[in-house]
Amino acid sequence: MLKPTTSTSRISRHLLPRSTRSMATVADPPVRRYGGLKDQDRIFTNAYCRHDFGLKGALSRGDWHKTKEIILKGDSWIIQTIKDSGLRGRGGAGFPSGLKWSFMNKPGWEKDPRPRYLVVNADEGEPGTCKDREILRGDPHKLVEGCLVAGRAMNASAAYIYIRGEFIQEAHHLEQSINEAYKAGLIGKNACGSGYNFDVYLHRGAGAYICGEETALIESLEGKQGKPRLKPPFPADVGLFGCPTTVANVETVAVAPTICRRGGAWFSSFGRERNQGTKLFCISGHVNNPCVVEEEMSIPLNDLIEKHCGGVIGGWDNLLGIIPGGSSVPVLPKHICEEVLMDFDSLKDAQSGLGTGAVIVMDKSTDMVAAIARFSHFYKHESCGQCTPCREGTTWMMKMMDRMVEGRAHRREIDMLLELTKQVEGRTICALGDAAAWPIQGLMRHFRPEVEKRIDEFRAKHGAVGFGGQLASEVDDNLAVPDDLGLRLPAIEASQQQQPRI
Amino acid sequence: MSAIARLPKTLPSRTYLSRTFSSSLPRKSDALFVHRDTSYNNPKIPFEFSEENLKRATEIISHYPPQYKKAAVIPLLDLGQRQNKGWTSISVMNRVAKLLEMPPMRVYEVATFYTMFNREPIGEHFVQVCTTTPCMLRGSTDILHTVCQHLGGIKPGETTKDRKFTVVEVECQGACSNAPMIVVGDDFYEDLTRETTAKILDAFAKGEKPKPGPQSGRHTSENSAGLTALTSKPYGPGQFCSPEFQ
Repeated sequence: MLKPTTSTSRISRHLLPRSTRSMATVADPPVRRYGGLKDQDRIFTNAYCRHDFGLKGALSRGDWHKTKEIILKGDSWIIQTIKDSGLRGRGGAGFPSGLKWSFMNKPGWEKDPRPRYLVVNADEGEPGTCKDREILRGDPHKLVEGCLVAGRAMNASAAYIYIRGEFIQEAHHLEQSINEAYKAGLIGKNACGSGYNFDVYLHRGAGAYICGEETALIESLEGKQGKPRLKPPFPADVGLFGCPTTVANVETVAVAPTICRRGGAWFSSFGRERNQGTKLFCISGHVNNPCVVEEEMSIPLNDLIEKHCGGVIGGWDNLLGIIPGGSSVPVLPKHICEEVLMDFDSLKDAQSGLGTGAVIVMDKSTDMVAAIARFSHFYKHESCGQCTPCREGTTWMMKMMDRMVEGRAHRREIDMLLELTKQVEGRTICALGDAAAWPIQGLMRHFRPEVEKRIDEFRAKHGAVGFGGQLASEVDDNLAVPDDLGLRLPAIEASQQQQPRI
Repeated sequence: MSAIARLPKTLPSRTYLSRTFSSSLPRKSDALFVHRDTSYNNPKIPFEFSEENLKRATEIISHYPPQYKKAAVIPLLDLGQRQNKGWTSISVMNRVAKLLEMPPMRVYEVATFYTMFNREPIGEHFVQVCTTTPCMLRGSTDILHTVCQHLGGIKPGETTKDRKFTVVEVECQGACSNAPMIVVGDDFYEDLTRETTAKILDAFAKGEKPKPGPQSGRHTSENSAGLTALTSKPYGPGQFCSPEFQ
């Protein structure tokens, strides 16, 4: 009888590549290390509010320098410069900014009598994110100038800056800068003496995370509840007050004048291909010195933490996991954190995302399940209630996560929870449903054994647990109890199944 | 025709009469979404914007297209709330509706949706403790506990008996690199410990106003062990720019 093993081994040996390799002709390109941005290449030179944020200080730091010349260059020059710079939206989605702005200038736009608006999204509310705050209070003139430059690029007549209601000091700084700019003739009628009319208005929100979504923000600006709109029509066609509108993040708008002055090639010299530029990173959580810092894109996560934050508390080996881009992206375990670069593509490949560049570090003292469960509470609180999957799903996920923290669940419920997240994801108008689902998926992808361990411990202590957290010991068998509660299921049953890939 | 019109009368009316009111326990969520007239909050209590605020309101309304006056509803409610001791009563909402020529219900919708509008009276100092994950990792649970204990064992959402402090738990306030933090009134108090939290509350109780910002000695959100960026003098106008913008 022919043994199948011998036959396969004979074939595989035959197919083995020859061990001797002839001359290699392709040399590996030199490895480029990213990071180590110099002060002269930092855009936000007053991010720490150590200098005057007013007009005088801003002028001395090079803001409003030859803005007139930029405006006179015209819309297509500005858009081409932004395209050349490779700038991608800094609000989380990472859409190429030059392309987005060009949507406003469709063929025949001049015939449209409607006013056109630029809306700046300063409703920074993503847990972990505090970068726009530093721009708003330290470098507000960069934003005001950015509004004019970006507004010129999309031929807008006015800009509305929607700032979150909690930022009161920041709103004061910004209001002061807008007034100063009006007084100096930098914005308003004949802005900077260029013959272009442009107004900038400040609008304060009132505490709703969902208003950071572009169409919800437009709704809120119109004086309604901040509930996202269905797209299409896209805001570039029908947006604020029914007029063509583009919504952009504070950082995206604020870097535009500097890019125009220093050239697209300068900006694109930082970071990897398709992830160019500099970026404000905000690091919070278990690091020795949490801070906000402007760094080169594609800086290794490890370097960012070691160099600017004094390392993880208790050393790198004490690291449990890192959320690299704000609450909406999945958590990464230590071994992945060692090799990822902080840019859109590298983090996407690691099944996470750059988001807003908000790095939340968690050391081994963290209760990871509780940390993610707290995010579920956040999303439950902030869901606007418009779409059913999100409204009901966030509450449901929160309740299940709360039980997972304790371990009061059946092992099968982990997969049920995952299925629930998949049912919410992509079935809502805006991305809040997705954002609520991803942290849980990330937790189960990398920290499933921890959740299982808790469930087993709880079971060992309290006996069998049914679906929904009911203890078998508390069930009265004299009553008609449905038999699909999983009360009689053995504990290990779920783990024997092949775990689905997520 | 007439037979159909009479039809309802033939239905046994007893079935309707025998039904009693169904009642369920009032469940309080973090905020009640309906308005109930009370002695301190009913439409008969007059509210009028002060002269100064009315001027400010006119200026705010001028920011929006004339046919979209209602866009000013959030700023005006905020203005009204500030004038009305930090909370938005039904009279404030009605006044704003009148000023913006919009149906009162549209104003109620907005006032119930946004968390910064308090629809119940609050104490003199409104203490908001952030407990979202980045703050939680740095010990905000402890801070919340300290605040509640220090104010006489009240729970989040409650006001002290002397009506000086109201404590609430809030979601992310956007100062994560300075966690943990609390907001008192309009000011952020960051980088807190149990001791500094107690100190801040004591100062407010005495009628003082402690210095807002980080309480650990750092200036804003820089590295507390020494700057790792922006150490040199900022570059000036035209420096490093492309030739035509120098």
